[in-house]
Amino acid sequence: MTAISHEHDHHEEHHGPAKGLTRWLFTTNHKDIGTLYLWFSFSMFLLGGTFALVIRAELFQPGLQLVQPEFFNQMTTMHGLIMVFGAVMPAFVGLANWMIPMMIGAPDMALPRMNNLSFWILPFAFAMLASTLFMEGGAPNFGWTFYAPLSTTYAPPSVTYFIFAIHIMGASSIMGAINIIATIFNLRAPGMTFMKMPLFVWTWLITAYLLIAVMPVLAGVVTMMLMDIHFGTSFFNAAGGGSPVLFQHVFWFFGHPEVYIMILPAFGVVSAIIPAFARKPLFGYTSMVYATASIAFLSFIVWAHHMFTVGIPLVGELFFMYATMLIAVPTGVKVFNWVATMFRGSMTFETPMLFACAFVILFTIGGFSGLMLAIAPADFQYHDTYFVVAHFHYVLVPGAVFSIMAATYYWLPKWTGHMYDETLGKVHFWLSFIGVNITFFPQHFVGLAGMPRRIPDYNLQFADFNMISSMGAFLFGISQLVFLLVVFKCVFSGEKAPAKPWEGAEGLEWTVPSPAPYHTFTTPPKVDGGH
Amino acid sequence: MQKLKAWLWLSAGVLIWVLSTHGHSESRWNMTEGVTEISRSVYRLHMLIFWVCVGIGIIVFGIMIYSMLMHRKSRGVQAANFHESTLVEIIWTVVPFAILIAMAIPAARTLAQIYERGPAEVTIEIVGYQWKWQYRYVSDTNDAKVAYFSTLATPPEQIANKVAKDENYLLEVSEPLVIPTNQRVRLLITSNDVIHSWWVPALGVKKDAIPGIVNESWTKVEQAGLYRGQCAELCGKDHGFMPIVVDVREPEEFQTWLAAKQDDARKMAELTNKTWTLTELVDRGEKVYGQFCVACHQANGMGVEGAFPALKGSAVATGDINKHIAIILNGVNGTAMQAFGKQLSEVDLAAVVTYERNAWGNNMGDMVAPLDIVKFKSGQQE
Repeated sequence: MTAISHEHDHHEEHHGPAKGLTRWLFTTNHKDIGTLYLWFSFSMFLLGGTFALVIRAELFQPGLQLVQPEFFNQMTTMHGLIMVFGAVMPAFVGLANWMIPMMIGAPDMALPRMNNLSFWILPFAFAMLASTLFMEGGAPNFGWTFYAPLSTTYAPPSVTYFIFAIHIMGASSIMGAINIIATIFNLRAPGMTFMKMPLFVWTWLITAYLLIAVMPVLAGVVTMMLMDIHFGTSFFNAAGGGSPVLFQHVFWFFGHPEVYIMILPAFGVVSAIIPAFARKPLFGYTSMVYATASIAFLSFIVWAHHMFTVGIPLVGELFFMYATMLIAVPTGVKVFNWVATMFRGSMTFETPMLFACAFVILFTIGGFSGLMLAIAPADFQYHDTYFVVAHFHYVLVPGAVFSIMAATYYWLPKWTGHMYDETLGKVHFWLSFIGVNITFFPQHFVGLAGMPRRIPDYNLQFADFNMISSMGAFLFGISQLVFLLVVFKCVFSGEKAPAKPWEGAEGLEWTVPSPAPYHTFTTPPKVDGGH
Repeated sequence: MQKLKAWLWLSAGVLIWVLSTHGHSESRWNMTEGVTEISRSVYRLHMLIFWVCVGIGIIVFGIMIYSMLMHRKSRGVQAANFHESTLVEIIWTVVPFAILIAMAIPAARTLAQIYERGPAEVTIEIVGYQWKWQYRYVSDTNDAKVAYFSTLATPPEQIANKVAKDENYLLEVSEPLVIPTNQRVRLLITSNDVIHSWWVPALGVKKDAIPGIVNESWTKVEQAGLYRGQCAELCGKDHGFMPIVVDVREPEEFQTWLAAKQDDARKMAELTNKTWTLTELVDRGEKVYGQFCVACHQANGMGVEGAFPALKGSAVATGDINKHIAIILNGVNGTAMQAFGKQLSEVDLAAVVTYERNAWGNNMGDMVAPLDIVKFKSGQQE
């Protein structure tokens, strides 16, 4: 508590931000850091997207046209790594930085200096990762899952830089997570009990625990790789007594919770937006909290469903199959609750709501294919085909990415003090919605018909769907420039936004003026009533 | 409403058009039923879950779209205020749970079927290499082992778009795996370098080939024919160029084929054990060289300046003979020089080494017998 009052004294001395570059370099303000995260994430989104377009351009037609297989593998690897660690995760951390203090009535994050550090190490990590593209032997070329021994014994020398970059990203994530937990536990406004916190805060609290639990596992697995490559150990080298399957167990013990790290905050965002535009309270707040917690718990005991084909024993397959199928239950509860929130509401469809509705439908489609993948015998046929690619892109693009866009449109007036251009926003939505479906829906078909993933060239029977998919990818890619335009326009111009621009919006963030003052809640607000 | 109807008709039309143009070859849209009991039960399972998902989807999206159309502010609807119902929330936890159990039962049954182990008529060891498959017929009754490599047979000109592509573009191999119909074939799958995955959709078999681990799977194919698949685990540069073709033949035809193969193997064993003369080896070596080495090192042994080293008068071909053997067997890391130790027979390896030491005026006069290669290999393994 003393820390808080100290913060108050500090704030009263100077109210505005510093000027110039140093403001951004040395800032400890949660809003500045949130902005930095979001811009960083968007630039990584464009970079990772460009790599995806290289992939789709090569796959436009059968035969090798543009790139060699070696470079193609580098593109798939870099696309995956950058999208996961550079685009989606930092975007959610950015939203957390901006919104969590405002949602719980806190003046700032609990550990502001660490907040600055956890952001500023990221650009270095990604500069290092991207620089591997220009190194002798090329960038990492073993997929974002970097399975040993391909990534150890047979990897290009740049893998050491990749390992170091992963370590830095992990450190950043852990610091971010600690900060979020500390903030939520210590800086809630008087009267804000846990069961009164907005769902976005809840989902982030649970996500932060997932991060703290699994990022060290990722750090562990890359350190084991480093030892194998440079110090003569044999963790993953069969010839030295190790096991390549060990790598997969350790990797997926991190990797499966990781996919929920990328979706739980999205659940929080959508749970804020749908009630706002349905003008009706969220249905089943309590069950939403429990469902999120159950999903997080289950995410730790299902990792081997990524490894059904490595030859685990029958009982193992059965356990992981059943546990995986169980995730459908709490996920279903969430979807049903969102639909029940819309039911008998009074809905309007501004851009955030459009993205949120698309999220519910398309994420559910991704969930269905996820359920299909959970069925182990069927997974033997789906595994490592484009069906899997379609599945995880449905949950990550119209899932995680759409929720980030919905959140951006929803809170943009609060951030900038201006209303965004609604028409352009809708144009962006419809182009993205159409683009995403044209890109990923046909991938279900080629996958079921037998096209493996991560191949630079394919049999003629897959040609037409791949061409459609590539055209969709280019449409989706180009439409993101509309998004950039909307945000730019909104930052520099646009109608003045009121404190609460959305009629049905609920929460402390709407009680402060737009744009939100540089320091909010110097005296904590009082919370009473429902969530 | 008029507009909505028009849209519905239009989408129905598109759907019918798409189904009618592609309906004839279901493999372009969906998993195929395949040709084994297992692949069929996997297919049934797949379709069952698919339709369950479609059903749930229709209900959930139906209600959602109904709300989105009917409960709009622009229609003057007032929002209701309910936000909780313990009963409803329990129902939509319990019902999906029951559906899951209904799906888990057939899934577990199929899984048990896949894992069923039993005596097999034929056992084949499958070894993944970057980027080819080796098939070895394991048999107790014959000393002659049948083993060969199966590599991509699609010409590079097709991949480079210089000539028209065949129907089975990228799905042709130099020599398919041959198995009998209606007999249980046990597959022992492993790898020599990185992780690969042996996958033939029509057989319903996908199993990872992992160095240091031997995975077991099995198949029993009912119909003779050619079935195609591909490596399904990223295994490096040529991952996309590592097809699998299984040639399933009637048991008699299979036995004839196997006998011929065993005969070849026996002859090769005899060749390995016989006493070779320098001239015989050089003659054979010239042919091997012409097949495997000439593209890089050239017919005159001069190589290509700056890309492939010359062999004529080179330190390797005129230096220590053991070093020379080691390079041909193991390749040179980081260069285009492949490891030929497992691709070529001992006879061919011995012949090509001997040839290189005595061609183009190298005139070393020494020779390597096939048995020396055998010894060299076993020495390396220790």
